[in-house]
Amino acid sequence: MEILNVILLAVIVACAVAVSLTRGLLSAVIVFMIQGLAMSVVWVLLQAPDLAITEAAVGTGISTVLMLAALKKIQSVQRKEERRDAGKQKEA
Amino acid sequence: MPANKKKHDAFARLADWLENGAQPLDEEIGESLADEAYEEENAAEKTIPSVEVKKQTPKKKKRQERHRRKRRDALTVGAYADAWWYRVTAFIVCVSLVGLLLYGVVRMPLFGNADTLADSEVASFYVTHTLEETGAVNIVTGIILDYRGFDTLGESHVLFVAVSSVLLLLSIRGEKDEQERLLESDREQRTEPDHDLVLQGGARLLLPLVLIFGIYIILNGHLSPGGGFSGGAVLGAGLILYQNAFGYDRIGKFFTYRTFRAVSVSALLFYALAKGYHFLTGANHIPGGIPEGTAGAILSGGLLLPLNIAVGCVVTCTMYALYTMFRRGAF
Repeated sequence: MEILNVILLAVIVACAVAVSLTRGLLSAVIVFMIQGLAMSVVWVLLQAPDLAITEAAVGTGISTVLMLAALKKIQSVQRKEERRDAGKQKEA
Repeated sequence: MPANKKKHDAFARLADWLENGAQPLDEEIGESLADEAYEEENAAEKTIPSVEVKKQTPKKKKRQERHRRKRRDALTVGAYADAWWYRVTAFIVCVSLVGLLLYGVVRMPLFGNADTLADSEVASFYVTHTLEETGAVNIVTGIILDYRGFDTLGESHVLFVAVSSVLLLLSIRGEKDEQERLLESDREQRTEPDHDLVLQGGARLLLPLVLIFGIYIILNGHLSPGGGFSGGAVLGAGLILYQNAFGYDRIGKFFTYRTFRAVSVSALLFYALAKGYHFLTGANHIPGGIPEGTAGAILSGGLLLPLNIAVGCVVTCTMYALYTMFRRGAF
């Protein structure tokens, strides 16, 4: 259990640092999601299952989905064809 | 540097969207009113041909100039991020905020110290008295829905107010013209998942489990870990998954803006009335007439079960509403 705790805490710290260093917005959101997931496992190990449920649902699920929706709004996440179209427009 | 350029692009687009999407309505109306007044004035003079007047209105020119300047400012926002003073200021602000936080933590009473009253009295009181006073086996639920019932009422209202503000802000129409709006909605439609086989199969498998788990957490809140907020968040996430897999048409059959309004308003109203009644009778030592039940049974704990359901309803509606408002700008 002790080893698992240490590994999870290391993952959380690493993810938190990685989020602020990542250039791509999409990858930053995904790394943030991993951090939330590790956090919810830590809550289980700390014997707070109710917090773990909330963290998994809100921290990992809903906040990620909201951030992805925001990325889509500023057109940071696009389909392949759209990106090609945008490139063509820029060239023209 | 391509990466840097891309970053600036995203910034500029964000600034542009903020500017065009959230133009205050009053300004627009005020300007159009001023324009009308100006034209009427000119019409009264009747000496200058009206077509020319319209073309060279100094006011219009000025407004165009202002708009252009605003746009240029928005485009150069990203450039500020590279300036040295920007970085230094950001560093100082961050460090001082962290210092403030650490200062506060250091001044907290020592953990486990016998002299600190706070952690020896209150905690043990809750542990020994919660089951007998509230009928909740799960002490956490007993505390947040009974001892601190007004706290939870306020939290539910915060969620409701958040959704209302988003509804209000997104319903303001910018000065985007019709064509631009059509283009945007077209783009939205094209990026919708269109009968994605993997997503739909996964959702079919997961959704029943997610929904039943959420309902179980809410109904069992006074007996096992969990409660209204956790269960509501799980249910809200389930609804979002359902929408993503099967589209707005399918979810529109049972969850619309009317459903959201009716469910969240009546749940909040019920919570406020029930808690008010509970406090009123409890403070005056009048028997409330709410059956307590035997501790450990599903129908026990007095008001805890209905209150959990009310909170769960509010949280579910809020989570889904926030998501769908940001995605579509409407239900």
